[in-house]
Amino acid sequence: MFPTPDDFYRVLPEVLWCGFGTLLMLLQPFFKSRQFFTAVAAIAALAGTACSVVAGAFPGPGFNGLIQSDPYSTFFHLLVGLVAFLVVLAAGPYLDRENLPAAEFYALVLFATAGMGVLAGAQELLTAFVGLEMSSIASYVLAGFRRDSLKSGESALKYFLLGSFATAFFLYGIALVYGATGTTQLDKMFAADPHSSLLKLGFAMILIGLGFKVAAAPFQIWTPDVYEGAPTPVTALFSAGPKAGAFALLLRIFATVPAATHLWFWAFWILAVLTMFAGNLGALVQTNIKRLLAYSSIAHAGYILVAFASVTYLGNNLSDGAGPAYAAILFYLVSYALVKIGAFTIVSQIGGTGEKHLALDDYAGLGQRQPWIAATLSLFLLSLLGLPITAGFFGKLYIFKAAVDSHLIWLAVIMAVNSTIGAYYYFRLIVIMYMREPNAEISAAPLVAFPFSIVVVLVITAIATVALGVAPNPILRFILDPALIGNLR
Amino acid sequence: MTAELLVFFLLAALSVAGAVSLIFQKHPIHSALSLIVVMVALAGLYLLMGAEFVAAVQIIVYGGAIMVLFVFVIMLLNAGLEEHTSESKLAGFPGILLALALMGFVATTLARSAGSFVSSATDGGKIVANLSSTRQLSTMIFKDFVYPFELTSFLILIAILGAIVLAQRES
Repeated sequence: MFPTPDDFYRVLPEVLWCGFGTLLMLLQPFFKSRQFFTAVAAIAALAGTACSVVAGAFPGPGFNGLIQSDPYSTFFHLLVGLVAFLVVLAAGPYLDRENLPAAEFYALVLFATAGMGVLAGAQELLTAFVGLEMSSIASYVLAGFRRDSLKSGESALKYFLLGSFATAFFLYGIALVYGATGTTQLDKMFAADPHSSLLKLGFAMILIGLGFKVAAAPFQIWTPDVYEGAPTPVTALFSAGPKAGAFALLLRIFATVPAATHLWFWAFWILAVLTMFAGNLGALVQTNIKRLLAYSSIAHAGYILVAFASVTYLGNNLSDGAGPAYAAILFYLVSYALVKIGAFTIVSQIGGTGEKHLALDDYAGLGQRQPWIAATLSLFLLSLLGLPITAGFFGKLYIFKAAVDSHLIWLAVIMAVNSTIGAYYYFRLIVIMYMREPNAEISAAPLVAFPFSIVVVLVITAIATVALGVAPNPILRFILDPALIGNLR
Repeated sequence: MTAELLVFFLLAALSVAGAVSLIFQKHPIHSALSLIVVMVALAGLYLLMGAEFVAAVQIIVYGGAIMVLFVFVIMLLNAGLEEHTSESKLAGFPGILLALALMGFVATTLARSAGSFVSSATDGGKIVANLSSTRQLSTMIFKDFVYPFELTSFLILIAILGAIVLAQRES
């Protein structure tokens, strides 16, 4: 069957992001101004985000069931679009400082966003694979965008080699699942024999591939090096966008396919525990702020996997009590993405030209020298920790509640222990900012400038963090929709 | 043993031998030449399954274009013998054991479920449609799978853009 106009409305965000990415490449030779490209890319990101609502107005399967338009895909399109918008704004001053080509940078960000959008709506594994590759290949290039920096090259190479390896696992998994079910379409796999060992092996390989992309232990080794070496605005993108896309696909696979349910509970249980400990224990000994936040990213992936264990334990039935567990995952991804982008934006500005100031000691005395910035960063750190009146509090609370409600008491206890470990390194940074005297070099240096576009990003992320921490209901009402995932049996 | 099975095992052995040689050769050119063996043997396997279009593409694109590029790059860089670090040997022992374990696990799983393969082209073991024919393939690409097909063109665009960004001369 040939595609109908409705099919194109369902993928309008991707069309816009890809179209504007190509447009940026065509405009590149004619315009020199960095501000111009920032403006075009910001408009593109917003236009695509706005069109997610249009796509959401055409619910149902598109392109013969290759993609699915439902509140779930709308939610993730809005999220990755917002992430792209914030990263575009945050990257502007950075590109000036490091003298990097703006048009190419923004084109790659938009293409990566289109890939994440495909992941959010895909309900067929080959389409998902192309989306995953679009987001990954753009990410590899963005990681190595600072070509004069050895660290940036190391970051790109490590990400590329390990990422390709993970993609190979994902692809082999698709082949095995096809062999066992005769289809790559998730909603047609309901008839599959859940005890087929071929199917189990296939889903295990898919889990390994996506586990790498979300930095779940034991596939998390790459994270600190890649996050440290990549340009900081790109690190902000990595910690929010591709992670959300990969989690979106993982949840849709394990929610839609009955053969992939109860059996996977223990896999997610073990992944969650390993990931939480790997992240939090690793973060304890870090002295570089980007590495610290990278380990904290791993820890947060662990908390999200706790909710996955809870979803699979409940047997994935939205009407049957698993709804709050789904909502916990989605809410956590939003709160976490906003906070991480805000935090990395501050790190990017304080890092200065050539990213020289990344040590925790460089933050000594920030509380006295730049109280507003220190207060904003503290707000983000408290949200990562999960204290009340921040978005992180409700995020953690809902996951904790989901774990307790599905009687995963041990998992809930381990999560609480890990949150306590996390308190140590988040508070350590806050203590350094407010209690420690800066050394002579820092006191002599001029105050770090925060241009307008950076301030916009910080205001949006800070207000959203507090707003979600005070009134989470509007978002919850949206994601507690019983028709959240349209292709559930 | 039928002739078809004999050809299959011959080609399969050739591709595995090529792949092993690809890894163990010390000189990049020798590795590249081993890769050609793998590509051509795979093309033979595709042909054996009745996928004549995929087999032709495999020869033209992989065996031809891509391999010429590989050899050109190796020649241009004037790459010499590989250097080995001492760490890689230390990591190699458990690595080889784990790889063998994974291979054994996958092989046993595949062998145990040999009867349970399902394909949209078969109905209870009886072939109802020859999905691998060129006509079927083109219908699938341009009708059923047109969306990922078009996305793939953007994927290639991303790769080209990335190559230019990473390789362009400093302005």
